[in-house]
Parts: sequence; structure tokens; C-alpha cells
Amino acid sequence: MMFANFDFDVIRRSLSYLFLEGMTFTLTLTALSTLGGLVFGTLIALMRLSGLGLAGRIAGLYVDLMRSLPLVLVIFWFYFLVPYIGQWLTGAARPIHVGAFASSLITFIMFEAAYFSEIMRAGIQSISKGQPAAAQALGLTYGQTMRYVVLPQAFRNMLPVLLTQTIVLFQDTSLVYVVSIPDFLGAASIVAQRDGRLVEMYLFAAVVYFIICCFASFGVRRLQARIAIVR
Amino acid sequence: MNYHWNWHIFFEPEPSGTGTYLDMLLSGLVLTIETALFAWIIALVFGSVVGVARTLPSKFAAAIGFAYVEFFRNMPLLVQLFIWFFVLPELLPRAWGLWLKQLPHAPFYTASIGVGLFMSARVAEQLRAGIGSLPRGQKQAAIALGLTTAQTYAYVLLPMAFRIVLPPLTSEFLNTIKNTSVGITIGLIELTGEARSMQEFSFQVFEAYTAATVMYLLLNIVVVAAMRVIERGVAIPGYIAGK
Repeated sequence: MMFANFDFDVIRRSLSYLFLEGMTFTLTLTALSTLGGLVFGTLIALMRLSGLGLAGRIAGLYVDLMRSLPLVLVIFWFYFLVPYIGQWLTGAARPIHVGAFASSLITFIMFEAAYFSEIMRAGIQSISKGQPAAAQALGLTYGQTMRYVVLPQAFRNMLPVLLTQTIVLFQDTSLVYVVSIPDFLGAASIVAQRDGRLVEMYLFAAVVYFIICCFASFGVRRLQARIAIVR
Repeated sequence: MNYHWNWHIFFEPEPSGTGTYLDMLLSGLVLTIETALFAWIIALVFGSVVGVARTLPSKFAAAIGFAYVEFFRNMPLLVQLFIWFFVLPELLPRAWGLWLKQLPHAPFYTASIGVGLFMSARVAEQLRAGIGSLPRGQKQAAIALGLTTAQTYAYVLLPMAFRIVLPPLTSEFLNTIKNTSVGITIGLIELTGEARSMQEFSFQVFEAYTAATVMYLLLNIVVVAAMRVIERGVAIPGYIAGK
């Protein structure tokens, strides 16, 4: 039979390792990358829309570059580049040692900022011209206009898209596997190879990802429906 | 910086002795293109069937289509590849599993099919949106003319829908090319994989990844340019994109 020697016990035995270490890493990385990506992405979007020629063009090039490259290649790039950047920033004599978590966090923030910036740019462009005009007429500075008028609305309008991108990011964090960092999938893979239980561990990982993403995308759909009614 | 740049490395022979490092990267590029094309055919065929199913009047077909899309969208691509590569041969009857494992080029087929099915869910969603964007009158007119459901799709809805969703399909094809790099995890040595091997053999980390980056960018530019030509060729007269 197909599942005759399916060993549920290997899953039970490794549950605490999988979730306390692996899933904690995955979720922390997802949350902090979303936050950082959103902040940098918004800055990039503002640069592109600022009308400052050179800054806008550099931001545009950065976004196009990141979006043309596979995430796996970007992970390799930053994995080797970050120690040198650290050396350059701190003026150390040799490339500094960067931990697994910091390295992947920097990678995902830099990569996702390109994708979040496109979403925020669409959000900012969807605000009617009268809004910043009214803000200016009230005497608000550019910074205040963005902070109190444009960005809150852009963020709100784009919330479903931003959350969908976060789900994609959550799935993409599994790719840190290529530099042997134990996220949730990495942890499952370590147990799988140690105990020779590939079938059990990979199926279990698939089910866990599936359930989390299903619930999350269901939540996004409900949110979308609620926002649609308000407007 | 104490990194030693050596841009001549590309013309030095690689350790397996079949050519230079540049040849190695180019063979990776070829494999990336082959995998992406094979995956894209699968994504288009399955995506079209499922995308159409989701718009059919039959509740059952729509439900199957919905389940298919949710299944392939809610798991990381890497996990899906592991399932196809490591788990599937174990779950099949012994003889089939053995045959699968001994298949030559197993990583190539697994990556193509895995990426293809993963992308097919996205193609299905794009096509569904395209069919949904057509005015209701088109379908009603087709039915009024006595066309069957199959004829309505073949002669009225799909020729329009495919042309409308061509731009988003271009981005999905670009995503397919990028996603083939996940194949590295099951031993597919495509462009990213060759850059990785070159880095390990030669220790010229940044030259290797720079070359791979440039090749991906060129590939992107070629695909976008080719799709622009196709888009212009099939643009629907009367639409903004048309003449």
C-alpha cells in the first residue's frame, strides 16, 4: 500500500523543532521583510514619482533590475555581497561575518522593496489630483501631504494587494534553502534527511504551507469584499 | 576591499575540461531557455483548460477549476518540486517509482512539469479575468446564433480573451523563466546553477553572478521585444491597443 509504512511519529517527534525553530524563523523573516520592504518600497515609489530626474531614474532602474532576476540568484548575490558591504560600512580589515538571519533579512527587504514599490506607486497614482492640491492649499508641506493625506489612502486602497504580496513573500522565504538556512522547510528537510523520511516530512511541510496560505488568502478576499463595500 | 577581480576568468578552462567558464554559463542559459519553454507549454495548456473551466456555466467544472488553482497557488514552488521529485516516486507502485527515479534528465522533466503546473494556476487566473472582461453581449450573441458552448469559446470568447491577456501573459512567461532557477534545488544545473558551480570552482563569486545577471537581463529584453511584436500583430482593431 502507498501509505503502509507512513511514519506519523517522525512528524510528532520533530514538531517542536519544526515550529519553534523553523516556523518562527520563517514568520519572523516574513514579518520583518514585509515591514522593511514596505518602508523602502514606499521611498522608492516616492523617488520615482518625485519628478527629480536622476533619483527617479535610479529608482526605476533598481526596480527593473530586481524584477528581472530570479530570487534564487538574488539570494546568492546578497549572501556573498553582504559581508563585503558590511566591511565597507564598518571599515573592517576583512569581510565581516553576517548571521544567517541578518543575511536573509537584508536579501528579502532589498528584493521585496522592488515589488512593494510598484504596488505603492499604483496606490499613490490612484489618488485623485484634488487631494494633494487641497493639502497644498491648506499649507501642508510635501512631506506632510504625503504623510497625512496621500500615503494613508494609498496604503488603504492597496492593502489587499500588499497582503497578497506578503503571502507570496511567505512562500518565497522557503528559497533560503539554497544557502542552507533552516527556515520551516529547511528544518523539515534536515529531519527528512537525518531520519530518511522524505515522504512524511515534505508532505507535512506542504500541508502546513497549504493551510496557512489558504487561510491567509481567504482572509484577504474577505477584507477585499469589506473594503469594496465601504467605497 | 580585498576581493580580487579577474574578468578574464570567463575565458579560462573550467575544471571538467569541456570548455571555458563562459561556455559553461552559456550551456546553463540554454538549459534555462529549454526548461522555461517546456514549462510554458504545460502552463499554457493546463492554464487554458482550467481558466475556461472556471468560467463555464457548470458549477462542477467551476469548482474543480477553483480547487486546482488554490492547490497550486497555496504551496511554495520549492515544496511542489520536492513533492514531485522526492515524494511522488515513493507513493507510486514500486516498478513505476523505480522507472521514474532512473529516468535520464529527471531534474529537467521534474522542474519543467513542476514549474509548468505552478504557473498554470496563474495562467488560468489571467485567462479567467480576460474572459470575464468581455462584454456579456458577445456570449449572448453567440448563443443566439445557435453556437454550442464549445463553439462559443472556440470562435468568439477565446480569440478575444487571449489577445486581451497577452500583456499579463508576457509577465507570466518572464516569471516562468525566473522560476526555473528553483530547479537548482533538485539538481537542475541551469543558468543560476552554472553560475553557482563557477563560483565554487573558481572562487570568482561576483564575476560569476554578474555574468548570470547580464544573461537574465538580456533574455528578459529579448522576450519583451518579441512579445511586443506579437502584441502588435494580434491587436484587436477598435481597442486602445489596436490601430
